[in-house]
Amino acid sequence: MIEIQNLTKKFGDFKALDGLNMTVGEGIVFGFVGANGAGKTTAFSILATLLAPTSGDAFIDGKSVVKEPQEVRRIIGYMPDFFGVYDQLKTDEYLDFYGACYGIPERERKVLIPQLLELVNLSDKRYEYVDLLSRGMKQRLCLARCLIHDPKVLILDEPASGLDPRARVEMREIIKHLKAMGKTILISSHILPELAEMCDEIGVIDKGKLITQGNVEAIQAQLQGNRHITVKVLNEVEKTVKFLEEDPFVSSIEVMEGHGEITFIYKGSKEEQMQLLRKAITAGLSIYAFMEEEKDLEDVYMAITKGADTK
Amino acid sequence: MKGIIFNPVLLKELKLRFRTFKSFSGLMFYLSVLIIFVSGFLLVFTEFSLTGFFKPSESFMMFSVISVLQMGLVMFMAPALTAGSISTEREKQTLNILLTTTQTSAQIIVGKLLSSVAFLILMLIAGLPLYSIVFLFGGVSPWQFITMFFYYLVTLIAIGSIGIMISTLTKRTIVSMIATYGTMVFLGFITLFFYFIGLSLEQLFIAQNPNTAPFSPITYFWASINPGVLIVTLLSPDIKSALTESVGISFPNWIIYLIFYVLITALSLTIAIRKLRANMKTNR
Repeated sequence: MIEIQNLTKKFGDFKALDGLNMTVGEGIVFGFVGANGAGKTTAFSILATLLAPTSGDAFIDGKSVVKEPQEVRRIIGYMPDFFGVYDQLKTDEYLDFYGACYGIPERERKVLIPQLLELVNLSDKRYEYVDLLSRGMKQRLCLARCLIHDPKVLILDEPASGLDPRARVEMREIIKHLKAMGKTILISSHILPELAEMCDEIGVIDKGKLITQGNVEAIQAQLQGNRHITVKVLNEVEKTVKFLEEDPFVSSIEVMEGHGEITFIYKGSKEEQMQLLRKAITAGLSIYAFMEEEKDLEDVYMAITKGADTK
Repeated sequence: MKGIIFNPVLLKELKLRFRTFKSFSGLMFYLSVLIIFVSGFLLVFTEFSLTGFFKPSESFMMFSVISVLQMGLVMFMAPALTAGSISTEREKQTLNILLTTTQTSAQIIVGKLLSSVAFLILMLIAGLPLYSIVFLFGGVSPWQFITMFFYYLVTLIAIGSIGIMISTLTKRTIVSMIATYGTMVFLGFITLFFYFIGLSLEQLFIAQNPNTAPFSPITYFWASINPGVLIVTLLSPDIKSALTESVGISFPNWIIYLIFYVLITALSLTIAIRKLRANMKTNR
C-alpha cells in the first residue's frame, strides 16, 4: 500500500532523509520510531504531499506523491504532530468544512458527521466551539477529520503526544478500531509499549535512514536484556536486596530509602524473570508490586542505533 | 469555474469573518470616518456661507472629496483583510491540514480573496446612505457614481490579490502586513512623487528646448496608475486635460489604470496559486 523508494530530502547541506526505502502492506499498522530530527516528520510531510523530495519517490496505493499529489490526497488522511483549529467554528461545522473540502455532498456530510463524532466519542460536543475542547478532544476530532473522506491510508504523526494517560488509552482504542476497519495506518510515537500494542510492524529511523524494520516481536527481541525492574515491598528491604543479589541475572540494585522501592537491571529471559518473581513470593518476601519500566524511545533508539553503529 | 468561486474555503471564511467582533469594529471605524467627514463638510458649507444653501457645485465637491477619501479607506482596509489570510493559517497551524485536502490551490486562494472582497463590498454598500446625501443636493450623475464604484472594485481586488500573494510568500503575518502596506504607499504616494519628478524634468527639458512639444510616457504612466489621480481625473475633465497636456499624451489614463490593475491581479493570483503548495515536479 505504501512504498517509499530512495527518498532523499535536503535542507541546504542538511540531509533530513537519506535514501529512505520502506514498504508497508495493506491493512498494516506501521509504527515509525526515531528521535527528534531523525526524519520522521519530513517523511510524513512528503507522504502527505506537503513537501517535495529532493530525489526519490513514494507511492501510496500505486499513486506517486510527486507526479499525482492530488490523487494521493484523496486516499490519505493526515494528522500532523502540531495542528491548530479555527476558533470560531463549532465541532460539527469543523467536520462539515473539511467534508466539503473533500467534495462530499452536503446530504452525505449530515449523515457522516454524527457517525464520526460517535466513533471518536465526541457526540456530546457536537455544538461546542472547537477551541473550547481539551487537547485530547481536539486530537480525537482531528482524527475524525482525517476519516471524513474514508481514506485507505492514515498518516498519524505523534497522535498521542501531550495527552494524559486516559486520553492516550482512548486514542489507542480508536486506532485499534480503525485497524479493525482495515485501514493502513502509518503512525509515529515515542513510547514503545504504545506502538507495540497497536502496531503490526515497526521501523526505526535515524539520520534519515531506516535502520531496521520488522514485526513488533522481532524488534522487541532485539531489546531483550537490560530490562529495568522496580519492586515495591512493605518491609524487609534488606532481605529482598539480599535475595535479588543471589540471582545471576540481576545487577545495579538501587534502594529508595524509606519508600520500600528497589530498582535493578535484569538480563535474563522473560521466563527467567517469571521464575524470579515466583521464587520471591515463595520465599515469603512482602512484595506488593513488581513492574517492568516502560521502554521509551530513548531505550529503543539507543539499543538499536548502538547496534547499527558497531556493525 | 463555479467550483473555484463557490468553494468551502470562501463559505468558511465568510462565516468566521462575520463571527468576529473585529469585522464589526472595522465597519464601524470606516463608517465613523465617513460620517465625521460628511457632517463636517455639510456644517462648514451651510453655516459659513451665511445663506444656509448647499449648491450643486458644492455637492459635487463633496462627492469628489468623499470619493477620494473612500478610495483611501479601501486602500487602507484591503491590506488589513488580506495580508494575513494565508500567513495566519500558517501561524495557527491550520494550513497544512487544508493543503492535504483535495481543494485546489486556486480554490483556496480565490476563496480567501473573495471573502475579503465580499467584506470590502459590504463596507462600500454600508457607506451608500452617506453617499446618497450627495444625491439630495444634485450635481452628480448616477453614471459617475457607478464608474466610481467600478474602479473601487478593480482596485480592491488588485490590492487584495497583492496582499494574498505576499501572505503566501512570507511566513509571518507582520512581515506580510508591512510589505503589503509598503506596496500601498508605493501605489498611492511614490507613484505621484515619480510623476512630479518626471514632470519637473520634462519642464526643464522644454525650457532648454522651447520648440519641442512635451512627450513623457513614463511620467504619464506613474500618474495613470495612481488611484487618487484616477478618481480626480474621472471627476474633473479640467484636471484630466491638464494632466494629458502636461505629458503630451491624450490616451485615456483610465485604460492604463484598468490594464495595470488587471495585470497586477492576474500576476499576484498566479504567483500565490503556484507558491501555496510545494511544487512537486520542479523542486526535484
